Amino acid sequence: MHSPRLPLILGLVLLVGGLSVASLVIGPAPIPPLRALAALVSDQGSTSVVVRDIRLPRTLLAILIGWIFGLTGAGLQGLLRNPLADTAVFGAPQAAAFGAVLVLYSGLVGALSWALPFAAILGALASIALVVAVAGRRATVVVLVLSGLAIGSLAGAGTSLAITLSPNPFAVTEIVFWLLGSFEDRSIVHVLLAAPFIVMASALVLASSTGLRALALGEETARSLGVNVMRLRVLLVAGAAVGTGAAVAVAGSIGFVGLVAPHLVRPFAGYDPARTLVPSGLGGAALLLAADCAVRLIPSQTEIKIGVLTAILGVPFFLWVIARRKAELSEMPV
Amino acid sequence: MSALQAHNLAVDLGQRHALSRVDLTLSSGRLTVIVGPNGAGKTTLMRTLAGLLEPTAGQVTLDGHPVSRMQAGERSRCIAYLPQGGAIAWPLPVSEVIALGRLPHGEKPDNLPPRGQEAVAQAIHAVGLEEFESRPATELSGGERARVLLARALATQAPVLLADEPVAALDPRHQLVVLDVLRAQARAGRTVAVIMHDLTLAARFADEIVLLNHGLVAASGAPEAVLTEEKLAANFGIQAHVSHEDGHLVVVADRPLPAPGYESVRPGTE
Repeated sequence: MHSPRLPLILGLVLLVGGLSVASLVIGPAPIPPLRALAALVSDQGSTSVVVRDIRLPRTLLAILIGWIFGLTGAGLQGLLRNPLADTAVFGAPQAAAFGAVLVLYSGLVGALSWALPFAAILGALASIALVVAVAGRRATVVVLVLSGLAIGSLAGAGTSLAITLSPNPFAVTEIVFWLLGSFEDRSIVHVLLAAPFIVMASALVLASSTGLRALALGEETARSLGVNVMRLRVLLVAGAAVGTGAAVAVAGSIGFVGLVAPHLVRPFAGYDPARTLVPSGLGGAALLLAADCAVRLIPSQTEIKIGVLTAILGVPFFLWVIARRKAELSEMPV
Repeated sequence: MSALQAHNLAVDLGQRHALSRVDLTLSSGRLTVIVGPNGAGKTTLMRTLAGLLEPTAGQVTLDGHPVSRMQAGERSRCIAYLPQGGAIAWPLPVSEVIALGRLPHGEKPDNLPPRGQEAVAQAIHAVGLEEFESRPATELSGGERARVLLARALATQAPVLLADEPVAALDPRHQLVVLDVLRAQARAGRTVAVIMHDLTLAARFADEIVLLNHGLVAASGAPEAVLTEEKLAANFGIQAHVSHEDGHLVVVADRPLPAPGYESVRPGTE
């Protein structure tokens, strides 16, 4: 009576594995797959430097960040019972970026400090909590999108203000490029900076899975089934904020992975929000790995920023979902 | 034996006294129908009985134990609640929606133990949805969806079943189907309470009727004792004809009575 989930997860793990190898192989200096894998585990001179120090960190970051975006996107869609929910729609990446920019701008710390993820997490937390509070129980598409737009705009304005007032033109360039979102020139230190937060965020989101199931029938029914809806909300908002904050802190703002990934896995995983979580995370990791390979393959003078690519691909998808569910825009989905 | 009792219950919603001095007993094996005008406090009463709303004063007890002191898990195994106009957010298969009723027992819908599978099968059978099992619940008609949600509540196999307007917006046939199921649950020994607006239907299925108005119990007892023309005039503001046809009590609402605060209501003039 239920679609088997194991083959799907196995297939996605294989896909992520394959794309990871591709990510180690693709770049200005092409390295054959077997040589790349050999360079990973044994010393192969300059090849090892390229694979271990340049390509491995960005591969790991793409996996970690894609995973947490996919996972939190599926979790938030389940929480708000709305297929358009995502941290990017809530303005969370912009808010996280604003938090991080404030820290950078103040000149208190460098770009590799532990203060950066904390500031980004606080920014993301503020935005997601605000949207969930405003949109709250009756999260219609319109209310969600409008409140996310407002918060994203506010955070964007704050960031612009910080850039405008910045006394140092080099800092400005750095901030702007960092904001665009990229895995370029990331080291293993970035991975270590983000990983603990992403593990924590994953635990928070995965702890909500049973509650999400019941929530498919609305809050009242979920509560009557013994679910603590308040706790569920706190888990997911905290998980999404920690995950987004950590991701933005190390890779800048990358959007729409969390929106797209759940939609891509639903035809295989079914619609039960609990069962979409892990496949969405893996789907997100695969998406971001593929996007990161793509930006390296697209011919251009400097590398296209991955945040730009995900937005260029994600926004049309977002519009497509809206168009497909247009009827619901005029009524309550809850 | 499960008796759900309200003792001198009061609930304030903001500034408004939604319920005051409510005393009532829902006994096992009986179908109690709660009626009353809009805003009388019916839903508030049912949510409080289900333990979802904390009373301002008084308490709800299940077999003598205060419901507010029960753990959420224990409460959800004892009291199944079907809210008004329940929505289904995702196109889940019918069987999975119904299997959600097993969550209070710690059984996951995609991995039901034999006991849970049997409970779900029984619930599906009780509402006659066998042929819809694998259809997406969101693609069903309103009547079928109402039966799915009812089956979800049945699958919990709780001794108490509370349903808020389970037959609103259903065609006459589906109303009868759903009420038949609820009455069968009562006959099987469960404690069943239902909110509804159709007074003739209420009289037909209820073992006992509770008439609520302005947050107070205006009358309670057998349908013939509660649904009288005087009580309907006093509480619903309608002039109604109550008659007996083929042993069934029939209520025909004739016209609204002038309500306090309004000049007058004169249908048919002009």
